[in-house]
Amino acid sequence: MKRMGVACCCVLVLVFLAAPLLAQQAPSNPTSPEVPQAVVDRLNQLEQKVTAAQLSADNAWMLVSAALVLMMTGPGLTLFYGGLVRQKNVLAIMMQSFALMALITVMWALVGYSLCFGGDGHFIGNLHMALLRGVGAAPNPDYAGTIPQSTFMIYQLMFAIITPALITGATAERMKFSGTVLFMALWFLIVYAPMAHMVWGKGGLLNAAAGGRFPTLDFAGGTVVHVTSGVSALVCALYLGKRAGYPKQPMPPHSLVLSFTGACLLWVGWFGFNAGSALASNGLASSAFVATHFGAAAAAVSWCLAEWIKNGKASALGAISGAVAGLVAITPAAGFVSPLPALAVGFIAGLFCFWMVTKFKAIFGYDDALDAFGVHGAGGTIGALMTGIFAQMVVNPIFGDGKPVGGLDGHWSQVGNQLVGILVAWVLASVGTIVILKIVDATVGLRVSEESEVDGLDITLHGEEGYNLES
Amino acid sequence: MMKIEAIIQPSRFDSVKDALLEIGIEGMTVTEVRGHGRQKGHTEVYRGREYTVDLLPKVKLEVVLPDHLVERAVEAILKSAKTGKIGDGKIFLSRVEQAIRIRNEERGESAL
Repeated sequence: MKRMGVACCCVLVLVFLAAPLLAQQAPSNPTSPEVPQAVVDRLNQLEQKVTAAQLSADNAWMLVSAALVLMMTGPGLTLFYGGLVRQKNVLAIMMQSFALMALITVMWALVGYSLCFGGDGHFIGNLHMALLRGVGAAPNPDYAGTIPQSTFMIYQLMFAIITPALITGATAERMKFSGTVLFMALWFLIVYAPMAHMVWGKGGLLNAAAGGRFPTLDFAGGTVVHVTSGVSALVCALYLGKRAGYPKQPMPPHSLVLSFTGACLLWVGWFGFNAGSALASNGLASSAFVATHFGAAAAAVSWCLAEWIKNGKASALGAISGAVAGLVAITPAAGFVSPLPALAVGFIAGLFCFWMVTKFKAIFGYDDALDAFGVHGAGGTIGALMTGIFAQMVVNPIFGDGKPVGGLDGHWSQVGNQLVGILVAWVLASVGTIVILKIVDATVGLRVSEESEVDGLDITLHGEEGYNLES
Repeated sequence: MMKIEAIIQPSRFDSVKDALLEIGIEGMTVTEVRGHGRQKGHTEVYRGREYTVDLLPKVKLEVVLPDHLVERAVEAILKSAKTGKIGDGKIFLSRVEQAIRIRNEERGESAL
């Protein structure tokens, strides 16, 4: 910022210096006053330097953000989920997330980035940038004009990795590794790519920044990441059926210490996820950073409070689950809401997800093993809805200067737009997931044998154990 | 010769060991075990799901002694393992036919 300031001052000084020259020469050539070439060159140089200074500041923040978002999957989510399963399945669940870090990256380079961000279709991108053609140091002004397109590309990749990884929470402890890999590859193409393009891609049906038909406010992926993965998780849990012995046999988390560490890493990584979604190191990034933190904190408080009142104890698992629920809910809202509404979003999300996980799941009896739907599906949905209520133009005038954004600005029809976005995400995720499950079921198969489930997936699928404490 | 098997609270193990050392008993075998008698387990709640944990961690201590030491050892264990609450454990005594030291094949009480 300081460098930019200095550069701006230099430009102003030069303009003042050049002004008399312009005035003197004006009479001789009124249509195009001749400025000495030296001044023109200097101005051009300064302009380049100003641009380079901004690019370097924005790029630094965005590269850090990309790394933070990758950290959310590994080690954040792998530890969080790893601790929640039983000891015999810890490696299997960690391996599923890690495999996605590799698999989705390869697919992203081949076709993924282009399917999400190529062209200007309503529903999905095209293949013009397949194999990352033309993706290099030059910015892509359609998305982020002040960072190299390769930075934008790698940043978006990290979102595409964590989204399918979230689903493994619902299929934990009983889904084949081969089935998981095939499922995730197809899910990325059939569910994630279209949804990401519709919400964030140029010309997308739900794009709020670039005049979509139903402008849905989704700053960092409430619908694209959390609703799609959460709803798909529910469909998977219903299709796969319950784990052997559920719910009669106790299946407590094998190490809440791992989960605790993972949740704290998720919280920190989420700053890259949400504040990074400003795609620049600017005021909006700061605003999203603050909202993210406030949302997480308020939800941790409300979940604990609910638990304390109901069970007489505030549990560690409750506190971290609440924080994650708050982070999920604030994701779509982060770049649109001020700090106090962010507290409200978090507080409400904490209570809602607590109810979903403890009551709703018990009423319907489905086995969403690690509550991927109860936290991500439910939290993402209510967060996307509340974004329509709490978004304000003073935070982010996304529809243009002076145009109201959300309900607090009096633009209540935005809540309707949010509902359209949520509905599209629910329908795409559930229909897409059913189709993919049928394909995988008919080919490599979905569920491990009962014997393998009893012995544990670590030994039977990977030939290893998580803890060889006596060796 | 008698074998004393004492199942005690893990938190009392150190004082039991010290009490036995004090009366000159040097050998013992210790195992971490799980179980319950009349003591009820406790309830754990994870995201609203309640689990009853009824097998609780205990320590099992085994000592084989010549007859004249048995009563003193039992007293030492009783004194040092007792907290007065349910769950303090039990002591079992049984007769041992023979003892053999593997190193030199010594037999009987001198092998202890």
